[in-house]
Amino acid sequence: MSANTAVAEKYRNNFLKEIEEQVEMGDWVKMCMQCGVCSGSCPTNFQSAWEHPPQELFMMIRAGKREEVLTSSSMWNCTSCYNCIVRCPRKLPITHIMHGIAEYAHRLGMAPKMQPTRFFSGLFWKNCTNTGRVNELKLSMGLYFKDGFVQGIKNGMAMQAVALGLVKAKRLNVMELFSGHKCKDQKGIQAMLKKAYEIERSRKAAKMAG
Amino acid sequence: MADIKVAAYICKGCGLGERLDTDALVKVAQKDGKVPLAKSHDFLCNAEGVAMIRNDIANEGVTHIMIGACSRRAKTEAFYFPENAVARANLREGVIWIRPDTDEARETTQEMAEDYIRMGCAEVKAMTAPGGNPVTGSSKTLLVVGGGVTGMTTAIEASKTGYPVVLVEKTGALGGWASKLYKRVPVHEPYKSPADTGVGELVSQVLGDSNIKVYLNATIAKTDGAPGRFIVDIATESGATHTEDIGAIVQASGFTLYDMNKLPELGGGKSPNVVDQAGLEALAIAAAAGDGVIRRPSDGQPVKSVVFVQCAGQRDPTGTHLAYCSGYCCNTSIKQAMYFKDANPAVDTTIIYTDLRTPGNGEDFYRSAQEKGVNFTKGKVVEVVPNGATSTVKFHDLILGDTSAAMADVDLVVLATGQVPNSGVNIEVPAAPAEAGTVEVKPISILNLTYRQGPDVPQLKQGFTDSHFICFPYETRRTGIYTAGPVRRPMDIAQAREDATGAALKAIQALENAELGRAAHPRSGDLSFPKVRLEGCTQCKRCTVECPFGAIDEDEKRFPVVNESRCRRCGTCMGACPVRVISFENYSINTVGAQIKAVDIPDEFAEKPRILILACENDAYPALDMAGMNRIEYSAYVRTIPIRCLGSLNTIWITDALNAGYDGVMLMGCKSGDEYQCHFVKGSELGRTRLSKIDDTLKTLNLESERVRDLEVAITDIKRLPEMINKYAAELVAVGPSPFKGF
Repeated sequence: MSANTAVAEKYRNNFLKEIEEQVEMGDWVKMCMQCGVCSGSCPTNFQSAWEHPPQELFMMIRAGKREEVLTSSSMWNCTSCYNCIVRCPRKLPITHIMHGIAEYAHRLGMAPKMQPTRFFSGLFWKNCTNTGRVNELKLSMGLYFKDGFVQGIKNGMAMQAVALGLVKAKRLNVMELFSGHKCKDQKGIQAMLKKAYEIERSRKAAKMAG
Repeated sequence: MADIKVAAYICKGCGLGERLDTDALVKVAQKDGKVPLAKSHDFLCNAEGVAMIRNDIANEGVTHIMIGACSRRAKTEAFYFPENAVARANLREGVIWIRPDTDEARETTQEMAEDYIRMGCAEVKAMTAPGGNPVTGSSKTLLVVGGGVTGMTTAIEASKTGYPVVLVEKTGALGGWASKLYKRVPVHEPYKSPADTGVGELVSQVLGDSNIKVYLNATIAKTDGAPGRFIVDIATESGATHTEDIGAIVQASGFTLYDMNKLPELGGGKSPNVVDQAGLEALAIAAAAGDGVIRRPSDGQPVKSVVFVQCAGQRDPTGTHLAYCSGYCCNTSIKQAMYFKDANPAVDTTIIYTDLRTPGNGEDFYRSAQEKGVNFTKGKVVEVVPNGATSTVKFHDLILGDTSAAMADVDLVVLATGQVPNSGVNIEVPAAPAEAGTVEVKPISILNLTYRQGPDVPQLKQGFTDSHFICFPYETRRTGIYTAGPVRRPMDIAQAREDATGAALKAIQALENAELGRAAHPRSGDLSFPKVRLEGCTQCKRCTVECPFGAIDEDEKRFPVVNESRCRRCGTCMGACPVRVISFENYSINTVGAQIKAVDIPDEFAEKPRILILACENDAYPALDMAGMNRIEYSAYVRTIPIRCLGSLNTIWITDALNAGYDGVMLMGCKSGDEYQCHFVKGSELGRTRLSKIDDTLKTLNLESERVRDLEVAITDIKRLPEMINKYAAELVAVGPSPFKGF
C-alpha cells in the first residue's frame, strides 16, 4: 500500500481532518469565512496557472475533494508575498497553508511532477545541498532542459545574449560547469542534512501513522 | 369672537434692522395688518424684549401676538406665550438670509418682508389660543399584550418606572418562544458558547412584582376608548370577562415560525428527521433531560450528522415564501450546531448558507463555531430527499460552482424557516369570501379595537405592524398603542428586550400626554385638537375614512366622533373635509386662507410674479430654514406658508391662491408610499391623492397645469430646494403671468 492510499484509507471521508492533522497550519482551514480577500489581494491575479484561488481550495478541502486538491497545481503558484496573510480578516496564515498543502501533496507523490515551481524547488535543493553552495550555471541550465533536450537548446539560444553579457561582466563563470565552488566542510554539511532528514522523516512518519 | 386685541412686534436684531426698513414694516402692520398696537424692538428675544410683550399682555389687554423676527422654529422658549394666540413672520431665515445684500435686491427683499408681516397679522387674527383637549382620561395603567420576552420586559421596565401593568398572555404560562429554547445565543463576553435563556428569572420577576397583574389563558375581547381612557375587556378561559381601565397599550404578540410544511422540496413534513429550529430546540431539551445525546426522532438513534439549511422559505424572490431575512436564524443555527459539537465533537455538523449574517458580536460566535469544527458551506439547498432514517441534501455549491453537490446519509436536517408576525387582522384587506373546497383560516384579531377603521393595528409590509422606521420606531398608526418585538420586525431576544424597553417608555409618555389633553408625538405637547362644526357636516365620512390614526369614529347618525386623545393633530381631516367644517384653534382653513389673501399681488406689468409655497412643517420648512442658515439664495417672489402636513392641504387654498392672481403654487410634502417619510405616515399620500384631481380645477379656471407643482421633499434637501424654487420661478416666467391678476 502506498503512503497515499494508506492515509486516504485512514481518514476515509474526512479530508478536512486529514489536512488539519497532516498539513502544517492545516488546522486553520476551517476558519476561512469565504470572503475572498485573499484572492483579491494576490499579485499573481490568478493567471491561467491558478486554477483555484485560496478560499476555493479551502472550500474544496471542506467539501472533501481530496484528489482534486492534492493533484492541483494551484498552491504551487504562491509567490510568498504574504499579502493575503496581512489582509485576511480571519488572520489565516494563507501563505503557510498553501506551502503546507503543496508539501503534503509532494510527500504523498500526488503533486504534478513537471509543475515548474515544484521542479525548480527540487532542482534548487539538490543543487545547493550537493556542495553546500548554489551553482547558478548548473541551476539555470537544469531549468532550461526541464522539458527535454531540444527545448533546452532552444531556451539556451534564446538567452544567449544575456549569458554572454554576464560572462563579459564577469558575473558568470563558464568553468563552474565542470566543478564549481564548494563550501569548506562538505562532509559536515552532508552529515548535518542527513540528521535533519532523519528527524523530519520520523516526525512525519509518526504523524502519518497517527 | 370675543374681544381680541392684536399686537405686532418687529425685531431689529440679527441684521433685520440693517437689511429691512423696520419702520415701514411697523406701518404695514398698522395699515394693512390693521393691528392696534405695533412696535419694533432692537433685540426682541432678549429679556427686555420679551418683558415688553409680557407687559402689553398684562396691561394693554393684548390677546393675539404677531412676532416678525426669526423662523417659528427658532427662539421658541423666549416667545412662549401659552395663554395667547401667536403667529410668527419669518423675516430672518425666510427673507434676509435667502436674499443678497445688494442695493438692487433691497426693494424685492423689503416687499417680501412686508408680505410676511401682512400674512402674520392675518393669520393671528384667525387663531385662538389652544386650550387643550377636554375629554381626557387619567388611567396610568399599561396593558401589555403577550407574555414572551418582549412583553415581560415591557412589564418589568414599566413597573420599575412606577406604572402599574396588566399583562395578558394567551397561553397558560409566561415565557413565549424563549421558554421553548434549550439555550440562547450569548450576549456577554466571550460570545463563545450558548448561554442560559434567563426566561425563568424574567418570569419570576414578573410574578413577584405586585405592580404587575397577570392574566394567563386570556385574550383581549374588546378595546374601547382612547389613550388615558382605554377600557379593555379581557376574556379568560373560564369564560369570565374582566374589564380594566388602561392608559396605553404595548402589543408584544410576537411571531410564529414559518410553516415548514410549505417547504416539501426541503423535506418539510415529509420525514420526522426534518425539523425546524423549534423542533431542534425540543430535541435538545429532551436530550438534556436524558443522557445528553440528541436523537433522531424516527428511531431514537443518536444523531451522527446534521445539516442546517439556512434561509429555508426566506429571502424568496418568487413571492411564494417569505421575501425577507429574519436576521436571527444564522446565529440560531450556529448555536444549535454547538449543541451537537459541545456534547460530542465527532458529530458532523454542516451549515449550508448563502450569506451568513451574524452582526455585531455574532461574528465572535461564528468564529467560535468554526473553532469547534462546525462546517460552513456556502450553497443553496435545492432539495432534501428523505430516504428511510436518513436524508440526502442536494445543494448548489456557490464557491465551487458545483450545481449537483450533495450530502448523503444525513441523520437530521434542520430548516431555518424564519419569523412570521402575529399581527392579527390586516384591516386594509377586505375579508375575501372563502373559495369552495378550501379551508378558510381567519386571522384572529389581537386587540379587537372598536375603532371605525378596524380591529387591529395597521400593517405596513409583509404583515409586520406599522412602525415609523425612520423617526419613531415603536409608533403605530393607533395613538397610545405601541408594538414591540418580532411583531414589528424580525428580531432576536437581545433586540426584543431593547425594543420592549423603548416601547414601555413611549407608552408612558403617551398616557401622560393624554391626561394633560396634549398630543403624543410628533406634535408632542400640542394643545390644539380638531373641532368639527357638526351643523355644517354632510356625513360624507371622508374624515373618518382618511384619518391615518383611526381617531375619528362615527356615531349612529354617521356624524364624526373625534377621539381627541387618539388624534396626532396632523390636520388630514381638515384637508379632507369638502365642506370645511373641521378646524384647529390655531390652524384652520382660515388661518392659511387669510395668509394667502393677505399677500400683495403686483399687477401683470410689474413683472413680479408671486409663487405660493405650502411647505410641510416637519421636513420642507426646516429644509428651507436651513437653506437660509446656509445663506443659499432663492427667488424673492415666493411666499411660504408652513402647513402641518401635506395631508392637511385643502384644495380650496390652491383655488383661492390662483383666483387671487398667484402665478404658481408649490407644494412641498414628504415621500409617500411604502418607503414613506411622512411624520403622519399616510398624510402626504392622502394629500397627493387629493391633489391628483387638481388638474380639473385648473381646467375650470382655464389655467396651465404648470401653475401647481407638487414636490417630494426630504429634510436633507437643503441645497436642492432653492434650486427647485428658482427653476420653477424661471419656468413660470415662460408660462407668463396669471390672467387673474388685478381682479
